[in-house]
Amino acid sequence: MPIWLINADTIMKTILFIEDESALQKTFGEVLKQEGYEMISALDGEIGLRLAEAKKPDLILLDLILPKIHGFDVLKKLKQAEGTKHISVIVLTNLEGMRDVDMALELGATTYLVKAQYSLEEVVEKIKKAIGD
Amino acid sequence: MKINFIFPSFLFINKNSRLMKFKEILSQLNIAGQCRKYGLPLWQCPQFLFLVMGIFIIVSTLIIYAVGNRYIEDPEIVALTVILIAATLFIIATVITNSFERLAEANRMKSEFVSVVSHQLRSPLSNLKWVVEFLMSGRVKEVSKKQMEYFKILKENTGRMTELVADLLIVSRIEQKKFPLKKEGFIMADLVGEMIKGKEIFARASNVEIKFENKDDLTEIFGDSFQLKLVVENFLDNAIRYIKGKGTVKVRLRKQKKSIYFEVEDSGVGIPQEDQKYIFQRFFRSANVMRHQTEGSGLGLYIAKSIIEKSGGKIGFNSQENKGSTFWFTIPIKS
Repeated sequence: MPIWLINADTIMKTILFIEDESALQKTFGEVLKQEGYEMISALDGEIGLRLAEAKKPDLILLDLILPKIHGFDVLKKLKQAEGTKHISVIVLTNLEGMRDVDMALELGATTYLVKAQYSLEEVVEKIKKAIGD
Repeated sequence: MKINFIFPSFLFINKNSRLMKFKEILSQLNIAGQCRKYGLPLWQCPQFLFLVMGIFIIVSTLIIYAVGNRYIEDPEIVALTVILIAATLFIIATVITNSFERLAEANRMKSEFVSVVSHQLRSPLSNLKWVVEFLMSGRVKEVSKKQMEYFKILKENTGRMTELVADLLIVSRIEQKKFPLKKEGFIMADLVGEMIKGKEIFARASNVEIKFENKDDLTEIFGDSFQLKLVVENFLDNAIRYIKGKGTVKVRLRKQKKSIYFEVEDSGVGIPQEDQKYIFQRFFRSANVMRHQTEGSGLGLYIAKSIIEKSGGKIGFNSQENKGSTFWFTIPIKS
């Protein structure tokens, strides 16, 4: 099909999930696929940054405690780079200190979600809201 | 014959109680046993070192007396003896101080250990929670009624573990003094109303009705709303949890001179008289409560007390077994 015939609405929105827990990658991958999104997985901060730059996802879900590059540094670099600074970032973590929340929002995160406080469906709702669906 | 029988038994009881007292004194003197309790070798154990120092002080005083008497004409020898004894005392005192430091360090490490372990437990727990929710949602495969029953058990228990880990983290933060108050203005009545609303489903499921008698007209408090929420939630949870069958929880809020008074009254199982003095201790759970309800970490009221006292308020309760309990706290309006 020629590119100009594809309706913009039918293009799947992509979500990059930077998270070192493969159990969560698997679960979210399945849920987001069912919700009509394409999910790209990154198991550490370094791959996360590279994929963000290369794939330009519509939304990034970011854990904070990550191998290789810490989530805060990933966030800082994402917000500094021309190509990725406009992408919404949802921080999804187990850290719940006020200092962490303030820091993440200061660095430009759209939302900060503490894993223990949200159900799976609530997280999906937040994702939909952030991506504009 | 009869007298003969009673007499020795009376003697025996007396002997027994004397024996008990003697044992008590001995156990207090049993320094080796007390040191074992700390897991310390004798030469690092403060109790043992104190004993050594005490004996040394007595003996050295006698020696100085004897030396002083004998060499009264030779002050250098007396001075040298005194210096030697003082130096020895100084060394023993240093060792004691070090051993106390080691105990304090062990305590700090314990709190840190709890904190690290709790943090490590959170990730697998949230994975577990979301995977169970995913299975229950029917997104993977249609769930049969029987399967759902078991999924619910899984979800409930994961929730309990999550709560316990959260409580442990708060306790370790309190003990490491890393739980500072963050003060801001908020309206207590709103906070309580919001918490009650959040508990409605739990209350209805437990056949409990919550009544809110609000006699406070929107007084603004200056305090840590996040931490106060923990206390209010703990009072509400306990009140609902420990009601057997149908019951009512009355929540009251009123303004006093310089503080806000909050109480939660329940018609629950109550706390036995003998357990009441332990109720704010860590990990304490009343025996009658354990019979009715296995849930609960025994940390909630300890956390509540720390928060209220740090906020400059008071906390307390009245309770009668099988009739119910009323837990209350006050919080200064401007603290």
